[in-house]
Amino acid sequence: MLNPNTIKGQFPILQRKMNGKRLAYLDNASTTQKPKCVINALTNYYETMNANIHRAAYTLSKEATAAYENSRKRVARFINAESEQEIIFTRNATESINLVAYSWGEKNIHEGTEMITSELEHHSNLLPWAELAKRKGAKILKIPMKDDYTLDMEAYEKLLSKKTRLVYITAMSNALGTVIPVKEITELAHKKTDALVLVDGAQSIAHQSTDVQDLNCDFFVFSSHKMLGPTGVGVLYAKKMLLLGMAPFLYGGDMVKAVERCKPQFNDIPWKFEAGTPNIADVIALEKAIDFLEEVGLENILKHDKELLKYAIEKFSKYPQVKLYVPPIEDASSILAFTVEGVPANDIAYIFDEEGVCIRSGVHCAQPVMEKLKVPGTARISFYLYNTKEDIDQAELALKKVIKTFE
Amino acid sequence: MKNLYTEILLDYFKSPRNHGALKNPTVSGTAYGNICGDKIQIDLLLDKNGEVKKATFESDGCATSQAYASMLTEKLIGKTLEEIKNIKESEISKLFNIPINPQRAECPLISLRAAKNATTSSLHQPH
Repeated sequence: MLNPNTIKGQFPILQRKMNGKRLAYLDNASTTQKPKCVINALTNYYETMNANIHRAAYTLSKEATAAYENSRKRVARFINAESEQEIIFTRNATESINLVAYSWGEKNIHEGTEMITSELEHHSNLLPWAELAKRKGAKILKIPMKDDYTLDMEAYEKLLSKKTRLVYITAMSNALGTVIPVKEITELAHKKTDALVLVDGAQSIAHQSTDVQDLNCDFFVFSSHKMLGPTGVGVLYAKKMLLLGMAPFLYGGDMVKAVERCKPQFNDIPWKFEAGTPNIADVIALEKAIDFLEEVGLENILKHDKELLKYAIEKFSKYPQVKLYVPPIEDASSILAFTVEGVPANDIAYIFDEEGVCIRSGVHCAQPVMEKLKVPGTARISFYLYNTKEDIDQAELALKKVIKTFE
Repeated sequence: MKNLYTEILLDYFKSPRNHGALKNPTVSGTAYGNICGDKIQIDLLLDKNGEVKKATFESDGCATSQAYASMLTEKLIGKTLEEIKNIKESEISKLFNIPINPQRAECPLISLRAAKNATTSSLHQPH
């Protein structure tokens, strides 16, 4: 079991106050806080080895290059990719998805092609595909969400057909916390169709172990900042054979071996997909975030998330004005979405802010989910490894204030 | 608590005046909060003199912005579109005659922007 108080001590920002109150940071689905080792890695890079990578002849650059490429290898190990050549660094999960939509989608999605997704997706895993479908005249089918906020897997099976070319699906809903059976979804897609599967791991990467070979998904995306790493770094994992056949996404320096007589000879993978100077410092710092997470243990983190979720459900269920939108505990993770009758979601967050509690309110970039729930928005609490029951007690006090203000 | 949610704002939120869309507005305008994304729609019905006879609001926003939208619809009665266009954002606290909390300075402005957008929308026949 992890000790959140010990862990919390390694996060400088969590020692501060907010609006004169103890800070209870409960918006981890939006972004996570950074341990000192990640912050130090950024400073250390700029203080000791800052240089552009890959091409220079001098030692500083070689050190920076080695550190950058080591981080790539570390990411590959973290998600059990077969090779570091299958790891591409982008700006974030959104960019990773856009990369696939352009580099793979443009060539492989045609008029009449069907693509399958779910009603639980984040806009970043909806809009790139919606635009692609519009451009190509392809059709998008949606796996419905059931009343218990899980996906209707029977309905999913019926959607698969000879025309299915892509299934794009989240591994964990950012709006409701539902854990999606992506291994089963991938198996069915591969068994019944020629479709590829892209898994959006933006939420799941931080809360459960990821093994892309075991999942056997074709693409997997996530962002560094949601797993204790810095902002500005995302990862695209893709099977090597796919990457070899995909056109580049962005064109420019570093993704070419040579440009002779204006004819570019593209670089090998993964560098073919990393144009321009990358976010070197933050990629290097990401390795420290992975080390931190693996030392704590992802399975311990998920256990901790669920403990806090159960505690929060117990506390918040006492109030008849509060409606909770949470799947059955075996399908739930680190998120508690709720509304308070008669109170706009933003007002819940404003009052929580007064009490030192950070939560998110609104549609959470998941408008289809809100439409399905028939609400304009929800308030969302999302836990992580440094949260404690004290944070939830503080949130409950804030909730009481919300109710009192609007009674 | 009372700083952000004064009695008067809570009253307007809980018992909104002029809430809803007009069936046949003369003009209608929408605006969104830049930070919060709250959406406010203001519908205006003009009389034959071009003055606001009826004003309503619709909003999915926070309590404060809804309250200000409701208050604004009362203030717009009798005004012409030109007068509405000329209301300065900097004079907003004078318009409502209550101090605006600096933390929520944008809230009253969203409905004012919606009203100003209404003044430039396509004109139907005045009733």
